[in-house]
Parts: sequence; structure tokens; C-alpha cells
Amino acid sequence: MKLFKILLVCFILINISLSKAQDNDTHSKITKNLRCLVCQGQSIYDSDSEFANSVKILIEKKIKNGENEKQIYDYLKNRYGEWILYEPNFSKNTYILWILPIFIFLIGGFVIFRLFIIKKN
Amino acid sequence: MKNKIFTTLLIIIFFIIFLVFYKGLENSNIYSPNLNVEKSIPLFEAKILGENKKINSKDIFVENEFYLVNIWASWCVPCRDEHPFLMNLSKQKNIKIIGINYKDKNKDAIKFLKELNSPYQTVLSDFDGTIAIEWGAYGVPETFLIYDKKIIKKFIGPLNQNSLFELKKLTQ
Repeated sequence: MKLFKILLVCFILINISLSKAQDNDTHSKITKNLRCLVCQGQSIYDSDSEFANSVKILIEKKIKNGENEKQIYDYLKNRYGEWILYEPNFSKNTYILWILPIFIFLIGGFVIFRLFIIKKN
Repeated sequence: MKNKIFTTLLIIIFFIIFLVFYKGLENSNIYSPNLNVEKSIPLFEAKILGENKKINSKDIFVENEFYLVNIWASWCVPCRDEHPFLMNLSKQKNIKIIGINYKDKNKDAIKFLKELNSPYQTVLSDFDGTIAIEWGAYGVPETFLIYDKKIIKKFIGPLNQNSLFELKKLTQ
């Protein structure tokens, strides 16, 4: 019985620390993808400005309230625009940004294929 | 023939890519918020400065009335500079000024208002800066003109003679 109680306490403690670690992971993942608007060039995660610290507190509150990553990004995007996100969503303003690297990669591959593989044969 | 078409196509594609990047270089990489977007005011709950009472934003803002929300702090030097303009605006009867005290000590904020007089009808306390984020602000001072529960104009930085003139024109 005593062993069972110890195991139960251990199980609860591990669960609490795991869920806390998960919260921290989500928090740092979100803050690393947000641009600090006061000290540009730094993420919210890296910055220690008043603005960044307030955003960190707000994200922590929102995670505690059960909001997911998308909801938090949408909330901030609604207030500060797409600029606050390091990884912008796919939209009519950003499709070139997303498609261009794939396009360049495909063209590059095609050039290599034509120049080296077809010529070799 | 095929090779010529291929080379021309390649040059055209790379020219387009070059143009896209070149145009991108002209864009500013400094965050410049849109100052004239009509947005609904955020919903929030905050403590009244110096009191233990909480108030909901729904109870502050009434339809068809002008409000000026000013985010300020006693430690912010430009807030001191804009204070005379707020005092001037507080004399205008059709506009109510609401202060949001940003990341400040209650004692310092109250001292600031005692020293310079208060232009505010209500002062809310934003001890962790999250209410300012609700408003889409990113520093102090920042001022929002509200009409019919909508933000109609945003002023970033301290108010000056020009913004005072603009505010008076907008609220006439």
C-alpha cells in the first residue's frame, strides 16, 4: 500500500512537470516566431524590451486559458499585422514568398538535368 | 532551336525573380503601423488606478461619443511633454479622456497626476502591459481616438500642436 502511494505521488509529479514543460515548449515556440516591433531584428523570445515582455506575459496567459498556437497568432496578427510573424501564412500577399524557392529549386533541378544528365547520355 | 527557347525562358524567369527582389529592397523594413484603420475597441477588464475596483471596457465606452484613450507612464519623458496638450483637450466637452497607466507604480502615477493635474476622466492600471497589447500599442505614449466604439485614429508618440489641431478638427 505504501509503495502504491509513493508510485501515485511520483506519477502525479511527473505528469505536472511534463505538462509544465509542454507549456514552456509552446511558449518558446510561439515567442521565437514573433518579431519584436520595438527592437527589430530580434524575436520576442530574445528581446527584453517592455513590449516583448508584455507579449510574453500575454502569451503565457493565453496558453493557460487553453488557446492554441493558431488562435494566439491570429490575435496578434489582428492587432499588429502579418509583420509580427516571422513565418507568414500563405495568402495573396505572401504566395510569391512561399512559391518562389520551390520554383527556383525546380528550375535549378531542370537545368542540372538538361546540362549534365541528358548531355552525358 | 529548343536550346534557344530554353535559354530565353531562363533569362526571363531570372529577370522576373531579380525584379521581385529588387522591388523588395525598396520596401521599408521598419514596422509602420496603419494609423487610419477603423477597428472595434478591444474588450478588457482593468483595475482603476489607486482603487481596488475593476471595470469592464463595456462600461466605459458609450456609442456616439468621442473618447481619447491615452497610454502613458510616469517614467516616460515624452508623456510629460504631451501632458499640456491633453490638459488642453480635457477642456473640450465633447471628448472624454481615458488614461491607461502602463507598467507603472501606483504611487508614482498618482504623484505624476497630482503634480501636473489629471486630464483623465478615468485612469486604468495596466501593471503588466497586456491591456496595451489589447489595443495594439507597442510603447508609450500612444493615443487612440474613438467614436461609436471604434478606433478612428491612432497617434504614436507624444501628442503635439499638429495632432492637437487634427484631433480638434476630427471631433468638431
